[in-house]
Amino acid sequence: MSKVEALTVAPPSPQYLAWLARERRGYFIVRATQLGLLAVLLLLWEVLPKALIVNPVLTSYPSALWPTFLDLLKSTPQQASILTHTWATVLATVLGFTGAMVLGTAVAAALWWWKTLYQVLDPYLVVANAMPKTAFVPIFYIWLGATLSIYGMSLAISVFITILMIYSGFQGIDPNKIKLAQTFGATKGQILRKVVLPGSVPTLLAALKVNAGLSLVGVVVGEFQSANLGLGYLIQYGAQIFKMNIVMTGVTILAVVSSVMYLAISWLETAVMRRR
Amino acid sequence: MAAPASAATPKVELRNVNLRYFGLEGETEALKDVSISIAPGEFVAIIGQSGCGKSTLLSLISGILMPTDGTVLLDGKPVTGPSRKVGYMLQQDYLFEWRTILENAVLGAEIQGADMAKARERAAALLTRYGLGQFLRHLPRQLSGGMRQRVALARTLCTEPDVVLLDEPFAALDSQTRLALSDEIAVILRREKKTAILVTHDIGEAVSMAERVIVLSRRPGRVKSDHAIRFAGAHGTRPTPLAARNSAEFNGYFNALWQELEVHVEG
Repeated sequence: MSKVEALTVAPPSPQYLAWLARERRGYFIVRATQLGLLAVLLLLWEVLPKALIVNPVLTSYPSALWPTFLDLLKSTPQQASILTHTWATVLATVLGFTGAMVLGTAVAAALWWWKTLYQVLDPYLVVANAMPKTAFVPIFYIWLGATLSIYGMSLAISVFITILMIYSGFQGIDPNKIKLAQTFGATKGQILRKVVLPGSVPTLLAALKVNAGLSLVGVVVGEFQSANLGLGYLIQYGAQIFKMNIVMTGVTILAVVSSVMYLAISWLETAVMRRR
Repeated sequence: MAAPASAATPKVELRNVNLRYFGLEGETEALKDVSISIAPGEFVAIIGQSGCGKSTLLSLISGILMPTDGTVLLDGKPVTGPSRKVGYMLQQDYLFEWRTILENAVLGAEIQGADMAKARERAAALLTRYGLGQFLRHLPRQLSGGMRQRVALARTLCTEPDVVLLDEPFAALDSQTRLALSDEIAVILRREKKTAILVTHDIGEAVSMAERVIVLSRRPGRVKSDHAIRFAGAHGTRPTPLAARNSAEFNGYFNALWQELEVHVEG
């Protein structure tokens, strides 16, 4: 009758063990193919320019990036170390999506609280979300200066979609759960804290995933224009002096940063959702 | 302090209650001139076809909805909002999937700002009595439908209400679980001397569980008739719902109510 009296049979049957082996093999094949695909891409990137099938000046190649990377590690009076650039980009991204999450949740809660506010602001939010925020890079630079404009872009690019996603998550809470809380005499604040917010954790995680990627875009685009620090700046600099090694090293590190963020968020998601 | 409600004061009373829902397309009349009086400790079932305003009636008694006209009284005092004396069991358990079974059961106490240590003790005792003692730290998704509905009952009774409202609380269950659980819940509510109001469209459920069945007409809901359900039980005590279903009187009541409901199968 109960799902809890788990269906685990004491000595596993041979059929079960065979099934388990098949599952594991399937998992292993997926992982191996993923790594293989990465290896093939890197190999093509290395071989095609060297065989002069594509122009190496335009694409560079992986084995050239490592010496460039070591070279960029050194900080000179003219140029900061690549680690400093990476840190600047990561910091701005983290500040951007953290800010977007906090501000987005607060605004979504306010819209949930005052229905009229939502009715008034709805079209503005939809338009603000659809606007290409990167058009504001020069404006932010003039308004906020070199560093703050990047934080601003990182926030601006992700905050509107966050508001819309979280608000729609709040709206998706089962009204009967709210009715249940009301039968116990819950105040609006209690409904928000005990029903709506905890019930929206999956939405918050989904918003975080979208935000982390968007904020990184905002930061890099901001750095193209206004910074003298950060991976976006480094890529722009490399392109201007036509050193593709520098550009590709910057891009590769961006790929690594994205992967690490993805892994961190996946880990957070698993940790949070294990309780559900 | 107000004078204690005397034995003559009804526990719950509705006086000429009208309720209309407002929409941009117009008003919908859900309840019309409904007057019902329920004595302390009574177990009343309200039956009627879907959309006749049965659930609306419970929302009015629980104070989450105010009547358009008329008064709802609890212990002789007008209802102005949700009261701690009233517990409400909804059609489904609506357990919060992010809370453990015990945390779900103390939700009401937590919202009402009660002493949480005592509430946890009471909830654990209730859950243990309902056969869920070993699942206190489990999550709702690990439990079957019948177990989840028992958690919902513990959540309702943990705040120690005098009046328990049941809005088709067995509708989502399979038929065996439904019979067993309605039997269990009726026995529990009688033993604890709660005033109970059960809303259902299941005639058998109403006759077997309640000592009084009120029939509501089609929309707008009006009180159509009021039946006392008596079984010639041993020592004048009421048989349990399962036993009542096997008694001589059951079919007579069932048929009378069936006629009243004027069930027409459309199409």
